[in-house]
Amino acid sequence: MSSLFEEIATPPADNIPVRRITVNVNGTDRTLDVEPRLLLADLLRQGLDLTGTHKGCDTTNCGACTVLVAGRPVKSCTMLAVQADGREVQTVEGLATPSELHPIQEGFKQEHGLQCGFCTPGMMLSAKALLERNPNPTEDEIRWALSGNLCRCTGYQNIVKAVLWAAEKMRAESN
Amino acid sequence: MYPSRFKYESPKTIEAAVALLDAGKGDAKILAGGQSLVPMLKLRFAFPDQIVDINNIPGLDYHRFDADGSLHIGALCRHEDLEHSAEIAERQPTIAAAAPLVADPIVRTRGTFVGSVCHADPQGDWAATMIALGGHLVVQGPKGKRTIDMKDFVLGPYANALNYNEIAIEAVIPAPKGVARGGYLKLERRVGDFATASVAVALDMDGNRVLRAGIALAGVGGKTIDANEEASALVGHDLTESIIDTVAAAVAAKAEPRTDHRGSSDYKRQIVKTFVKRILVAQIAEKVA
Repeated sequence: MSSLFEEIATPPADNIPVRRITVNVNGTDRTLDVEPRLLLADLLRQGLDLTGTHKGCDTTNCGACTVLVAGRPVKSCTMLAVQADGREVQTVEGLATPSELHPIQEGFKQEHGLQCGFCTPGMMLSAKALLERNPNPTEDEIRWALSGNLCRCTGYQNIVKAVLWAAEKMRAESN
Repeated sequence: MYPSRFKYESPKTIEAAVALLDAGKGDAKILAGGQSLVPMLKLRFAFPDQIVDINNIPGLDYHRFDADGSLHIGALCRHEDLEHSAEIAERQPTIAAAAPLVADPIVRTRGTFVGSVCHADPQGDWAATMIALGGHLVVQGPKGKRTIDMKDFVLGPYANALNYNEIAIEAVIPAPKGVARGGYLKLERRVGDFATASVAVALDMDGNRVLRAGIALAGVGGKTIDANEEASALVGHDLTESIIDTVAAAVAAKAEPRTDHRGSSDYKRQIVKTFVKRILVAQIAEKVA
């Protein structure tokens, strides 16, 4: 555990109370005591050991830490953990079932939608939010929807192909 | 960096939120979308004692047109609510054009219209839009509600006219005389970057005649630039290329851009002129589909 988490897990000085929150993470209610300044990204990574959520820039730019809160993509480095109290959070760990990859994960595999993989969890969750609202997006719509997620390896071409692949598979499955 | 320590409350009513602000005596801060405040907390540009999270106050996430044609935007209406609104697309072209250009798609799921106006970032899209539209804010404090005109609201970079114990609960855009027309253009190097220059144009028109005109600029000065006076030269006239040229030049002269890595001062002024022209020319009646 990092020194940062030790520091913020220490009962804080004077009159700043720790808050008890219950967050539904990937379908399971998790109850924790947190200091109000704890960021959602750190609650997930350090409090719950869900390290699939990556912190890239920590400045609301890169989108690597994107998770779904109540179904909508959120940069988890830019939301307080206490704000997730009583809400549903989905991380990359919640995409696959024990036996099967999510079609979006399969698409990234089939179309070689990642190289180093650092941006991939955030990309996939933004893609999931897109496909829930728009099951048949154009290439332009995919590029637009993913424009808050930065990738420094792929040039985005195969990421777009991966999302198109997933969209087609998900449409076929729902028919 | 990590935010400094603060107390956190998430009241269920506006009155309770106002009471917390009042008790904070200037060291309490409202948290709405948090897409500017949380980064500022992390950079420790902001270090309030008390955060008052208004996200659990019901009934603030609306935007609606009243029967008189005025548009009302609640304090928890997110950028993406406006971006995806069929009513906005149909009836309020300046906001419809700006909404997809605010920050990036992920930030737009959290960030709020009213919060962005209050943040008064010189780069902010919504403060410029509100000035061009001649809007006002409804604010609530311990003694009740009052309204503040946008022309009096932005005092400087990150400075607004709210008292420490007041919350902006609603933005109001008055009903257009005639038909609401206009647009928003922003030049940015990449999605989510600070704008090189942004232009908001809002017109009320009857056919090709301009009944009201507002123009405001972002990213080209130490604060949001109010060019409504320059825009008012259009009022009472038909939109023609020659009057558009005159107004575009006057608005560009009002900009106060600084040379930086996004471009020279002259270049940014040229962008302002081009964007004003581009938006206005598209409103000439015979060009409107």
